[in-house]
Formats: sequence, C-alpha cells, structure tokens
Amino acid sequence: MRKPYKLIFEKHCIDRRAADLPALDVPKMDGLVPQACLGEALPLPSLSEMDLVRHYTGLSRRNFGVDNGSYPLGSCTMKYNPKLNEELTAHFNDLHPLLDDDALSAAYELQFALDRALCAVCGMDKFTLQPAAGAHGELTGLMVMRSYHNMRQDFLRAEMLIPDAAHGTNPASATMAGFKAVELKSLPDGGVDVEALKQAVSEKTAGLMLTNPNTLGLFEKNILEITQIVHDAGGLVYYDGANINAIMGKARPGDMGFDVMHVNLHKSFGTPHGGGGPGAGPVGVKKELIPFLPAPLIMKKNGRARPDYDRPLSIGRVKAFNGNFGVLVKAYAYILSLGADGLREASEAAVLNANYLRHYLKDVYELPYDGLCMHEFVLTPGALNEQGIHNVDIAKALIDYGYHPPTISFPLIVREAMMFEPTETESREDLDGLIYALRQIAETAKTDPDSLRSAPLTTPVGRPDETRAARNPIVIAPLSSSDRL
Amino acid sequence: MTPDDRKYTKDHEWVLLDGQHAELGITDHAQRELGDIVFVELPAVGDRFAAGDRFAVVESVKAVSNVYTPIAGEITAVNNALENEPELLNGAPYEQFLVQLRVEAINGIELLDAAGYDAHITESQVVPRA
Amino acid sequence: MRSYVANSKREMAEMLNAIGVTDMDALFMDIPWDARCKRQLSLDDGKSEIEVRRKFDAYDTSAARLPLFMGAGAYRHYIPAVVPALLARSEFYTAYTPYQAEMSQGMLQGIFEYQTYMCRLTGMDVSNASVYDGATACAETMIALRAATRKNKILYSAALHPEYIQTMRTYARFTGFELVEIPFTENGETDLMYAVRHTQAAAGMIAASPNFYGVIEDIAQMADFSHTAGILFVTVSNPLSLGLLKRPGDVGADFCVGEGQPLGIPLSAGGPYLGFMAANKTYMRNLPGRIVGQTEDAWGNRAFVLTLQAREQHIRREKASSNICSNQSLCALTAAMYLGAMGPAGLKEVALQCLQKAHYLYDGIHSIPAFAARYPKSAFFHEFVTDYKGDAIALNSKLKEKGFIGGLPLCRYFKGDTGLLFCATEVLTRSEIDGFLNALEVAVK
Repeated sequence: MRKPYKLIFEKHCIDRRAADLPALDVPKMDGLVPQACLGEALPLPSLSEMDLVRHYTGLSRRNFGVDNGSYPLGSCTMKYNPKLNEELTAHFNDLHPLLDDDALSAAYELQFALDRALCAVCGMDKFTLQPAAGAHGELTGLMVMRSYHNMRQDFLRAEMLIPDAAHGTNPASATMAGFKAVELKSLPDGGVDVEALKQAVSEKTAGLMLTNPNTLGLFEKNILEITQIVHDAGGLVYYDGANINAIMGKARPGDMGFDVMHVNLHKSFGTPHGGGGPGAGPVGVKKELIPFLPAPLIMKKNGRARPDYDRPLSIGRVKAFNGNFGVLVKAYAYILSLGADGLREASEAAVLNANYLRHYLKDVYELPYDGLCMHEFVLTPGALNEQGIHNVDIAKALIDYGYHPPTISFPLIVREAMMFEPTETESREDLDGLIYALRQIAETAKTDPDSLRSAPLTTPVGRPDETRAARNPIVIAPLSSSDRL
Repeated sequence: MTPDDRKYTKDHEWVLLDGQHAELGITDHAQRELGDIVFVELPAVGDRFAAGDRFAVVESVKAVSNVYTPIAGEITAVNNALENEPELLNGAPYEQFLVQLRVEAINGIELLDAAGYDAHITESQVVPRA
Repeated sequence: MRSYVANSKREMAEMLNAIGVTDMDALFMDIPWDARCKRQLSLDDGKSEIEVRRKFDAYDTSAARLPLFMGAGAYRHYIPAVVPALLARSEFYTAYTPYQAEMSQGMLQGIFEYQTYMCRLTGMDVSNASVYDGATACAETMIALRAATRKNKILYSAALHPEYIQTMRTYARFTGFELVEIPFTENGETDLMYAVRHTQAAAGMIAASPNFYGVIEDIAQMADFSHTAGILFVTVSNPLSLGLLKRPGDVGADFCVGEGQPLGIPLSAGGPYLGFMAANKTYMRNLPGRIVGQTEDAWGNRAFVLTLQAREQHIRREKASSNICSNQSLCALTAAMYLGAMGPAGLKEVALQCLQKAHYLYDGIHSIPAFAARYPKSAFFHEFVTDYKGDAIALNSKLKEKGFIGGLPLCRYFKGDTGLLFCATEVLTRSEIDGFLNALEVAVK
C-alpha cells in the first residue's frame, strides 16, 4: 500500500510558528529602506516545530543511506561515515572565514596537516584544499596544467587525451578548462591501449587524464610506460582519484608518474556524501606545478600555517573562502584515526570484499573481463537479456531485497554494465546477503521475469516516468491561493 | 520503410531537396536508438551553417545527439511544433522536418539513397553519433 | 588504530581461502613492482576515538565565541535547534546523489521543496538543486549567460564580492570570455552610465543587492536598463534580505543567484555553503547541475526524479556546458528546513532585526569622530562601510583583546583602502553592541 506524502507547502497553516526571536532590543527606526525597494509578504508556509519534525522525519524514512544498508554503488565508494567525525566539526561551526590569521590559526594548521597527510598517501608535493568536489578538482587541476604549458610558451598544447571508459566529468572538465577533449579507445578490459596512445600523442598533447584502477576495477599494468609516453611527448598526466580507495598504502599516483590529481574526500576518506554533496576535491601536484595552484595556498611560515596570497602564477581562486572546511575536518579526523596501517588495511579489505563478491556472482552474471579485480568490478546481465531482463530490472529488484543497486550503464564501453563496489566497511554477512539476493534475482529472471520488470514494490513509489518528467518539467510546486499569508 | 524521395547521411539525418530549398530531419533509426525524445534544440531563422556543422541537438532521457547538416545554407524556417511536442519526432520522423534551409552549396558530405542508407544501418549497427 | 573495516583478520583469511586466493598480496599483483609502496606511508599511527577527540579539543577556536561584527559574504545567524537535529538523520547525510529515485524520494522531495522555496523567495520561475557556493554560482551564471545568448561578453559590477569576482575571473581564464567590470559611483551603486557604453554585444550584467559594501541597489532600474540594452540581468542576492526587500523576479531579473549560507548554515570557517541559482523559465535548460522534477510512477503516485539530465556531463561529456555533477544537497536541505522553521513571519522578523541592529550600530559608530560613513546617502541592509584614518588591523587587534571581532578591513582586498565593512545581525544584543561601541571609542583614543 503506497501512501501519498504531502509537500511541506501542502502542510501550511496560517499563523503557526516553529521558531521565534527575542523582542527587538534596540530603538526601532522607520523609513530605513526606500519604499520602492521593499517587498511584499512572502508566500512561504507556516508550520509548528512538530509539523516540521514530522515532515522531515517522514522524508528521511523515504530515503536510503549507508546507515540503512549495503550500498555497493560502483565508483562512489559508499563506505561507513564515522560518527566521531560528524561531532568534531562543531569546534569550528562559529568561526568566521575572514577572521585574521591568528584567530583562524587552528583552521590553517588543520588544513596544512591534511595537505601533508594527503601528500603522504598520494606521493604528491602539495595539495590545495579549495575545490569543493571531484569535478571542481578536475577543473582546477586541468587549469593548472594549462597554465603550466602557457608559462612555457607551449600554447599549441590544447588536446587532452581521455579514455572512452573515463568518468563523464573528465571530458566536461577538459572543455571547461579550454582544452579539446580527444577520446582514446580503451582495450576491452578498460585499460589504455598503449599502441593507440603512442599514435595519439603529439606536440599538441597537453596531457592525459586517467583513473587507476580503471572504471572496470582493473589496475593499469603498463602504468609506468603510459605516463612515460605522455611525458616524452611533453604532456602531463592527470590522475582522477575517484578510485584511490583501492590502493591506499599499496601504491601512490605520484610514484606512478602522475603530475596532477584530485581526491574525493567523500569517497576514500570517509566523509559523508550528503545525498549529493557537500564533498571536497583537493588537488595535489608535483613540485613544478605548485606555483599554479589556486591562491591562497596554505603554507608553513616561521613554523605557522598561514594562507599565502602572493602567488603571481596562480590560476586564481576557484571558490570563495577556505574550501569546504567542514568536510576537510572530517577527512582529517578520518586519516588521524586510521593512520598509515589503517589506510592500507582499508584498501586491502575493500579489494578483498570486491573479489569475494565477484567470485560468488560470476557464474550467474557475465563478467566482461575475468581475473582478479581491485576495489570494484563490472558485471552484465549476460544471458538474462534473452529473458528480456536488463540491468535496470536487476538493479530495481535488488531494492526489494533491501540493498542499494550498483552503478548501472557505466562505464559506457560495456553494454548494460552493473558496477559493484562493496567497500571495506561491509561485513561478510552483508556480502553474503547481497550475493544471495543477486543469485535469487538471476533465478527469478528465468522463472518469472515479469515480476522483476515491476520491481521495486517495497518502496514509497514505483519506477517514476522519467520521460514525462523531462518532456514537461515541473521543477517547483505550484502556488495555490492558500499559500499567501 | 525508408522513404525513397530523399537522401540520407551516414549520421542518420535525412535531407529532402527541392531546387534551392531543403528540409532536414532525423531518420527512423536515429529516433529509435535515442528512445523517447524529450527536447529538441533548434537554430534561429537566419543562422547560416557550413556542410558538416551541427545545427540542432536532440535529447532523450538518457542520451543526447547532435544533428549535422550535410549541406551549406541559411535557415529559412524551423519546426516550432517540436518545441512543445518533441515526441512528434518519435511518432513520424519522416514527416517532421527540423529545419528548412536555403541551399548555398552541396559538397563534401556523402549522401545515400534509401537503399544505400538501409544497407549502411545493417552494416554498422551503431548508435547515432552523439 | 581504527580502520572501520567490518571483518576481523580471521574472517578475512577465511574469505581469501574461500575464493582461492593465497594471500592479500596476491590481490595486488597487477601493481608493477616499481610503482608499489615498499614501506609504510609516512603518517602517524592510527588513534583511538579518545585520542582524536583530545587532539581536536586542543585546537584554539576561541574566536568562535566572540560577538561578531563582520559579515562580508558569511554571516552569523540564529539557527533553530530543530535544524541540526533533523539534519542528523543519517538517512539523509549518508546517502549518495539520488539516482535511484525509488529509494531516494525523501531527498528528492526535499530538494524539490528547496527549489520551490528558492523560487518563492526570489520570485523566479525555476531553480536548480544548488551549486558549491555563491562565488561558483556567479561563475556558472556567466557560462549560462553565454549559453543562453551565444555571446561571450559579460558585464559585472565591481561591487560584487571580491572573491566572487576572483572566482569568475578564474573560470573565464581559458574559455574566451570577455569580462567587463562596471565601477560603482560615490554612492556605492553600480554605475549604469559607465555600463551603457559596454552593452554592445554583451550577454548580460551581473550585479548584487545588497552589494558587497552593504548598499541596497535599485534592481528594478538595473533590470530595465539591461533589457533596454538588449542584455540579460542577473541579481546576486542575500536570500535573507528578501524577507524584507523586493524580490528580483518581481522586477524582471532573468537570473537570481547567490550564497545561501545565511539560511541556517553555520559559518564553519568558510564552508560548506550553498550556491543557489534561480532563473526565469526561459533559461531553465541553461541552469547547470542537478534539477529535481515531479512526475508519476505507473500507478499514478506523485514521484520525484532527477530530470533534464541530458544537459549534464555524464551524458553530454565534452559538450556539456558545465562539469558540475553534484550539488550541496545537505546544505540545500538545511536552507529548506531553516525556512520551514522560520516561516514567512520569522524570516521577516530576522531581516527586520538585522536592519534595525545594523542601523543602531551605524549611528553609534558614526557618533565617534574617528569614523566616517562612506556611503551616507545610500540605504543599506545589515552591512556598511566606514572609513577610518588609523590602522584598521591594529584597531581589530585591540577590539579582540576586549572580546570583540571587529569589521572587515577592506585593505584585505584593496591595498590602501581605509574602509571597514561592519555587519550586525539579529544574534547581537544591544548590550553587546553598546559594549563594542565603548571598546571602539577607547581603542581609537
């Protein structure tokens, strides 16, 4: 039985109040704002505090997070978000971002320490913590690359090589940084075709963007040769850190020959995804590229961490203030908690969990590429297609078993891809439950495929009509006469 | 049935030529590969394009496809009905032109007849260029 | 050391055995020898919860507890207790982007409601699900203006937040934009007489009200000016000021964007904040990032989904006009919860108290001879610029010793500028303001 759930605007009751203020304690003055600039009463709903609590508690029950159950969403690293870290941000809640350096000293020290820690994990020389998300980091890193070539008067280097298996943000970011995105065909295992790369590089090559492990969850065995080819051609190599959860303490992008990279603190470093954000996408570079990082950059001067504004070669600011500071706090607390051993252990357990899951699913679904995987792997429905069952049906059926589906239809190079990334924080029972559900679904696909096509049945709504939403977009609630004050 | 009153490109556009006037649209194969079309972005009357230029964008829920003109010319009319009812392209792709064009040059881009286009689809079985 | 790994070492050994892998190292064989870490990362050993907490307790954040007379784009406001309490529901904060609509209706509806709230607040037709912050909202708007008009020239008011201008300049660096800065007059208002000479072939004009210097600008006049010149008009608004001021949508603005932090989001040393972007419906498809739409499921139930995704990078790849692929969902939810808690009456009251207290402060400061208002003829909301002939930074140090955070010295952004940008919000009490004024008087003697 599916019950309708009202919009907050439909719960409006005139004159209800949830919050109040003390009476104005300064003498009230009139005529402070010209009449022409004053607005009319706003058509916003009035609610009691209990109305509000019930509304949002109800909404939360119509949502699914990592705390509700396994969330094996490939490329998204949906690991547990430690509660301690949520608590620690409170220390900084009331700090204004434009206070003088002494008043913000603690914030700068924390940022500098996080920068050092990320350098240790990634093998880079310096991180900027300004970018607010992975895509924002990509844009920042690519602009740094552009500035580097420009400073060397290498203006012809306008091509950014990007494998067709890459995340969609890569080519979009390249365009935004003023590059021409040049697609590089991948091998069937999602790896870089070294011969094709040799053909593709030229004096126009600004760089190559790469995810390693790649989007099929496989480590580039030829990584050292790949970065060498790009360097020999005068280009730089960008590491998309989306998948670094596989290799913390095992290998470092800096040691593989990467020059620029971003990490998603909301993936590998345990900060919550927040239902789509906020995250943070710090960008790390090798020494030669430090001058181009966004200003200000947190540097140590006379033993104190301080923002350095005097950076003439910097690309400039990519965001106001100090980056998504609250997210940085959580990531730093995460690294402090785990330490060197803990990070390595997290990656090992993530890779083990992925291989365990893969091992018990490969006989009922099709593996486009066999062999051990890193932290994630891709399956396809394989023969289940013959029953008219598609990846989306399997994903939706999984919801009825209480699991979040894998990433579907990505990477684009695999038809009907289903990408699983269980992460290290799932227990063996969680994985066994997931395996059971997916094996049951494969069985049902043969015996009763229609039932899969109507899944999910246990959710507040069934499959929404996306075509209707896109053809006649309704993106806000209509104003009704009762909405006025 | 691919109509044989017009020519086709390998990128799944059709062109109906009448002297110096041409109509351009997308093929049945293109609309099927895209799925439910939800939005069509059209140029303005008076815009000029060279052969091979992108002149329109067709969106479905999960895909987007550029539409290229095989001939050079100036836009004389656009199909405004598609603005509110993009699904018309799913229903009758050969009856719905995207734009009308005053032809300035026909060169460079290979045009196929209906049989040639059908053979091309069978051979390639690829999704439209996106 | 805590890795939050669920399984014990023993279980992991059993799992390796079960899948026929000899040991952990075998799982990492694909990493070439030369690229492997041969020794432990140079990080400290992991710490227990108690130790981590101790480390954080040792951070000196005492400035957070002082009465604050600084704003400049980030404001301290009252946050009703119900807001953080509801945000702590982990179904919200531990969720991913709501791609799987059926199990994400809560967040999707929450964002849909946020979009509606922002439209009702700004008077615009459509809103996206938010971007990173006010600065990136301005930068993304620049791109949207170009997409909507196919013109590269963007006019912007010099009275925008300096960090927004810096961010716009960075985004424009390599992508062929022509940015034209429109100076402001001696009254602190965007100089339309200057702008009129630059509207030729421009896409639009971006200007704020209240602007960075606190001045309430005539957005109706700016909208008319822009449209007469055939360009689009973007207002950068403080959403909280709209509890009082005329809505940009009601005077014909084409876009209204800005920083949503005043709506219940803590200062948090600079982020995470909330970039909001609302527009006239003509430009719906030019808005970047996520947008939630309403639809139905097969049974006719109202349902919400991410929509208009074909604009976005995961489908359009290199042809997408923006690379943004996230939003500040949790911050958007915060803003909606805040607006829900305050209601229309509460929001108006907050705006009024900000206005009144800032003017009380203004009168007090300017009764001290060392200070002179820079824009005495202009109306302001809760911030204003005061010129001070002495050393503004030294002044602030003295104030801090007395337990107050003073205004923002404008020399932070403009070398040699003698101004201080003061702000007062509803959380300051009269006795704090009076105490601050006393401290100021003593400090300048």
